Amino acid sequence: MPTDDATTPVLGTDRVKRGMAEMLKGGVIMDVVDAEQARIAEEAGAVAVMALERIPADIRRDGGVSRMSDPDMIEGIKSVVSVPVMAKARIGHFVEAQVLQAIGVDYVDESEVLTPADYAHHIDKRPFTVPFVCGATDLGEALRRISEGAAMIRSKGEAGTGDVSQATRHIRTILGEIRRLTVMDEAELFDAAKLMAAPIDLVRETAELGRLPVVLFTAGGVATPADAAMMMQLGTDGVFIGSGIFKSGDPARRARACVEATAYFTDAERIAKVSRGLGEAMVGIAADSLGAGDLLADRGW
Amino acid sequence: MLALQGDVREHDRALQAVGARTVHVRRVDDLDGLDGLVLPGGESTTISRLLDVFELREPLRCAVRGGLPVYGSCAGMILLADTVLDGRADQQGIGGLDVVVRRNAFGRQVDSFEADLAFTGVGDVHAVFIRAPWVESTGEGVQVLAAVGAEHPAAGRVVAVRQGPVLATSFHPELTGDHRVHGLFVRLVKEARG
Repeated sequence: MPTDDATTPVLGTDRVKRGMAEMLKGGVIMDVVDAEQARIAEEAGAVAVMALERIPADIRRDGGVSRMSDPDMIEGIKSVVSVPVMAKARIGHFVEAQVLQAIGVDYVDESEVLTPADYAHHIDKRPFTVPFVCGATDLGEALRRISEGAAMIRSKGEAGTGDVSQATRHIRTILGEIRRLTVMDEAELFDAAKLMAAPIDLVRETAELGRLPVVLFTAGGVATPADAAMMMQLGTDGVFIGSGIFKSGDPARRARACVEATAYFTDAERIAKVSRGLGEAMVGIAADSLGAGDLLADRGW
Repeated sequence: MLALQGDVREHDRALQAVGARTVHVRRVDDLDGLDGLVLPGGESTTISRLLDVFELREPLRCAVRGGLPVYGSCAGMILLADTVLDGRADQQGIGGLDVVVRRNAFGRQVDSFEADLAFTGVGDVHAVFIRAPWVESTGEGVQVLAAVGAEHPAAGRVVAVRQGPVLATSFHPELTGDHRVHGLFVRLVKEARG
């Protein structure tokens, strides 16, 4: 826990890192590859932008090794928007994360969308001042990331597909597992912690809260206002939209529509209204047509 | 609670802890019968855009001008300020608080911090600042309630103000479990009701 008795200012406490994510709740975080897209995203009402060189759909198409973006490119985006700017580091690549912190990004996404740098370890995120968001497919994975210092969790989904089914599966799994924890007795919680390979104190805290101790967003395959609203109704705190916006016919309009549908996620009439005339959605790839080696969600441990 | 975006749940919890009943404002009709309004922390550009989309800006302006007690934390302070520096050129708030506020004044997220402050009428509080604004200058009738302590490079910067029934803080008392600032707001609401 952060120090309550500090008289001097303290940077980078858990409260400051997790609190930053609390401020993003009810919002949409959009992937952008240049200043122009960043401006469109901010004008549409994005709560933050994720600066990256190629959006996941293109990473998927191009193949090869995908790495942290050029600091110049990230700086370019930081200079044109006032909303928080996030950027991705490879799983386990703590020096990419150090670089991102040094150039002043507001959140680091330790992301399976990039090629992992370490097939056994994630970054020890606790010593950093900059907060981290990490992907998870189930509760055990989410709690392991939190124990390493993640201040925000997102589903992995299957980035760059425009197919929301994997994100749905991950979110339903995480939230369902949390619901089951809330009715367990102490002995059962120890067993649950063992089975999901997560620290018992975090398992207990989650059971008591009835939610993760940090903010939970959906990511990976969200492409329409209805997708975004569905994720909110399932119980997530907000959504990431990667390829879905700038791979579509009318990005500015789709971006605005997704922001509105996320804010008013229970209002079907409004979702209907903003869903009209959006132009073409991203073409998409059905996640179950991908071979096992092509699934990004399998990256991370 | 204005519930368009931001840390609505944390404010809800703090208000309920000091005995207030809370409802969420998303539509104009939701404003009926309120004794006070809280503008949560969040992303001020996003909330500002949603105020227009859902046609809440003018009704909120009228309500604040009409004397409705309002408390804004962080993004809420930015929305209440009559003048905002370092915001988007087209960013408009609600206004009603005669101050000049600078957005992200303390820097980026890596500069976000926790510190102790002396808060007039409340006592010492432990404050959480997240990409926080500060108050650059205040008009007549605005009372300064707290400023940054001497240990911080931004010592002396104003971070809590009150003008009549309008209260604003740069920091997030809703994140600490100390509900005294919300208690102060509930007292302002009760005073306003008479």
